[in-house]
Amino acid sequence: MSSKSRQSRKEREAFFSRPWSGPNRHYDIFKEGGIALLVVTVLVVALSALFSSPDDPALTFKGWAQNDGNTLYATAVAELAGTSDSAGYGPPYNSNSDGVSLGPLFLQKWGGVTHPIDAANDFVITPLSSQVEPNDVSAAIKQWNAATPDQQAKWAGDYDTALNDQAGAAGDPTKVPAGDYGPVPDLAKGVVAMASTGAYDNAMTGQGQFFQTDQTKQLLLMGDGAYLDDAATADNLQGNTWGMMNEAGSWPGQQWLAFASVWYQLPAFNAPDDATGITRTLTDNADVIIAAILVLLLVTFLFTPYIPVLRDLPRWIPLHRLVWKDYYTKHGRQTT
Amino acid sequence: MSHGTQAPAGADFEPTTWTGAARRKWMRTLPPEKLLPETQPSYVASWIYVFGMLTLVAMIIAIASGVVLTLGGVQWFHESSVGKFMNSLHYWSVQLFFLFMVVHLWGKYWMAAWRGKRALTWATGVLAFLTAVGVGFTGYVITTNFNAQWIAFEAKDVMNAIGVGSVFNVTNLGQMVTFHVAPLPIALVVIVGMHVLLVRKRGVVPPLEAIDPDAATVVAPAESAEVAS
Repeated sequence: MSSKSRQSRKEREAFFSRPWSGPNRHYDIFKEGGIALLVVTVLVVALSALFSSPDDPALTFKGWAQNDGNTLYATAVAELAGTSDSAGYGPPYNSNSDGVSLGPLFLQKWGGVTHPIDAANDFVITPLSSQVEPNDVSAAIKQWNAATPDQQAKWAGDYDTALNDQAGAAGDPTKVPAGDYGPVPDLAKGVVAMASTGAYDNAMTGQGQFFQTDQTKQLLLMGDGAYLDDAATADNLQGNTWGMMNEAGSWPGQQWLAFASVWYQLPAFNAPDDATGITRTLTDNADVIIAAILVLLLVTFLFTPYIPVLRDLPRWIPLHRLVWKDYYTKHGRQTT
Repeated sequence: MSHGTQAPAGADFEPTTWTGAARRKWMRTLPPEKLLPETQPSYVASWIYVFGMLTLVAMIIAIASGVVLTLGGVQWFHESSVGKFMNSLHYWSVQLFFLFMVVHLWGKYWMAAWRGKRALTWATGVLAFLTAVGVGFTGYVITTNFNAQWIAFEAKDVMNAIGVGSVFNVTNLGQMVTFHVAPLPIALVVIVGMHVLLVRKRGVVPPLEAIDPDAATVVAPAESAEVAS
């Protein structure tokens, strides 16, 4: 050891920032780049040829109607009753709730309603009205449109409750007890019938226009029912099963989102449905709370060079000695 | 008006225009021998150093394949085997890009590569990673398949929760295509460009425990396995 080589932190920083005055080696950045380009190109071509790439077809309303018609039926009823997720979402789709919050901050409300969605009309009445319907469905549309909002809500609410009564119909339209449900059953039936032919896909994707590149409405509707959710669960795509970084099938997915996905695995953000109190609040507002955590992480990440402990870990856990093993062996080491 | 005036070489001249001032600033900051050196410090001799370059070339392949995909349109790869292969090239180059980038990032962390006024180099690396996450995400939601449906459906809740859903609508294919092919990749290229130029400007950081060659009158390598303070 030599005290002559002692350098203060400031001196070390000055040394690190000075142009290097020690030994050099030959280096050709273009050669390195050329070889790297060749190697990575070969690797990419080989992986593409061997494994191709994921492309599971998008779900359709036609497929939904044909494979799980009852849940599409129930979703149509929920849209009419205003009990679906979309109907009660809040901004930016409607004003039917405040949305999630970060404590007293309702960021979701700041942008206002920019993509208005009227669930009953956009998802049921308008698509059904876009084509010639059987007489019972046509009559149901007329009856619905002629009714007051209160009457519509009463019909749809009563039918929605009866349809989803787990001790009764449990989602099966054929088992709903008789009652005054107005045109609601015929409207829901009309949606399923229209969807089973593919016409509902056309109505929803076109939105009555020739050019259409905004899938907001059809995607929200698709997510209101169990069909999309069940398909995602089957592929381990739910948030609490690392779904943020998974993709359908056996593909690598977005592994780089691990730093975000990990938070969704915590029990605090996965409270059971009947939970109350803080875990309920955390789970209900998980998206915005986790986003806030990620912002903090980002700031930490950006300012790592100035954060004690974080900036010191590489000195305390000297993995760098693996990187510079040869150099240290040849030229010695100095700890500061 | 002067004719045939030879432009002064290097940084050793008195500029008379904004252009000249900019050129002098550039030449002083990044002279050609610094920008494209033929030597590196002898400690730049580990496989970990390769991952920066690997990240860069994977990005170039991703951009090239992405440009071709864009020319075919977002649904091309569903219908054409050439499009599918191009999509695969794009997919795997992105996967490798992130793999290399994460290795590069961890490597630089454990080398404490921000030392010696290199904090901005670190910060541009962090921003490049985050921008790349944005590019990758918008890429997934424009694949017009089941992944796109589910990811857009889930991600909209996050965007809405943080208050940006009203202007950044992940369920709007047209808007997401625009973000994926123009502003985000352009931002990524600019940030990566800054990162690379900063690396060239500052040079590769010396080893954490390197002995200062100018201060080491000191210790012959043989007698110092470790020179402690």
